[in-house]
Amino acid sequence: MSLAHRIIPCLDTDGERVVKGVHFEGLRDAGDPVELAARYNVEGADELVVLDIAAARDNRPTFLETIRRVAEQLAIPLTAGGGIRSLDSARAVVRAGADKVTINTAAVERPALLSELSAEFGAQAVVLAIDAKREGAYWQVRVRGGREATSLSAEDWARRGVEMGAGEILLTSVDRDGTQSGFDIDLTAAISKAVSVPVIASGGAKLPTHFLEVFTRGAADAALAASIFHDQVQSIRALKEYLRASHVEVRLPC
Amino acid sequence: MKVTLIDYGAGNVPSVERAFRRLGAETVTTNSAGNISAARCLVLPGVGHCSALVNALDKHSLRRPILQAIQRGVPFLGICLGLQTLYESSEEAPELPGFGILFGKVTRLPETVKLPHMGWNTLRVNRASRLLDAIASESYFYFAHSFAAPAAGEETSAVCEHGRAFAAVVERGNLCAVQFHPEKSGDAGAQVLRNFLKVAA
Repeated sequence: MSLAHRIIPCLDTDGERVVKGVHFEGLRDAGDPVELAARYNVEGADELVVLDIAAARDNRPTFLETIRRVAEQLAIPLTAGGGIRSLDSARAVVRAGADKVTINTAAVERPALLSELSAEFGAQAVVLAIDAKREGAYWQVRVRGGREATSLSAEDWARRGVEMGAGEILLTSVDRDGTQSGFDIDLTAAISKAVSVPVIASGGAKLPTHFLEVFTRGAADAALAASIFHDQVQSIRALKEYLRASHVEVRLPC
Repeated sequence: MKVTLIDYGAGNVPSVERAFRRLGAETVTTNSAGNISAARCLVLPGVGHCSALVNALDKHSLRRPILQAIQRGVPFLGICLGLQTLYESSEEAPELPGFGILFGKVTRLPETVKLPHMGWNTLRVNRASRLLDAIASESYFYFAHSFAAPAAGEETSAVCEHGRAFAAVVERGNLCAVQFHPEKSGDAGAQVLRNFLKVAA
């Protein structure tokens, strides 16, 4: 009896449609979030993440409606984020049907937001998203979709975020994101060691061996990927069967 | 079957409601003492900090009607915090008493494991369980919590383990509760809710 490693598909949306492309560049349509959510719910996804990557634009009501429609489809947990900058905007996302909220840039700008969210929803509902990029000997925290540097080290920021009330870290390697060359194992292992909360690894997944490595050497609790699932490069069930055969505990729905 | 969901503002009430409706049950959400006293089947969902739940129950004077309903034999299902509040107290908010229907204290899971206990885990079934009827023993359920009830009570029909064993399913007559989130636990979770509806019928 032990906790299963989670496989989490991520829907990057423009508020309404799932889009593909790294950090706004070369965006193209990748499907209907409601259809994809229904498919992943059946295929054995352990959770679903829905992000509004165009949150800067004025499309909030559309995104909230998307969360509502996606939540309707799910019998698994839903995390939503992108553009959450205040307790009020987090409340709207939770009321729309999200079980957890994820925040990134807003937490760097005002870490107290993590405490406010944690006090209201509980730490289990607060996911701190960290975009990290290798800079010489350390990993630097990036904000605004990975484009802007900060003075924070990812390890220090992860520890601080957990002290402030985050119950989970969604860790994206800016170097690996979109490359399909595998997760950043060293980064994931370093953050997983630095904090006492679960870590979701993200960025670079393609092959089943990438997932195996991030769960074993990377000590990740969960792994997230987007386009390889949307494009059916990888089926969640086949991936989980591979992991189970490799002695990694996963949930295989009956 | 009409299911009355006690809505004190917890985040998961809509998803619990959706899960029951998918099974064909009629649902009503309420925070009124009158509705709770009149209910034929009660569900107390909960997620987050236990003081939020207990304070909200006290604010709306719901403690007594809930307790009386359980004592009258009204079928009751507690989910997550809705399980934890059945015990005498919780380390998470030591100053606030629980319902005290079940003996023991809710405590924090050990620091030797990652907390919150978040994700899918399996159960160890102690004894015949109506809530777990027709569910394969290797089924996974979704948990999201850092505090947990003692495993030892007679009413504990299944335990889970994360750092230590804790009560995952408790059943005593009309009183049912689960630490995991059946509304987020896929088909196995839906079967738990279906089983509860059968108990309540």
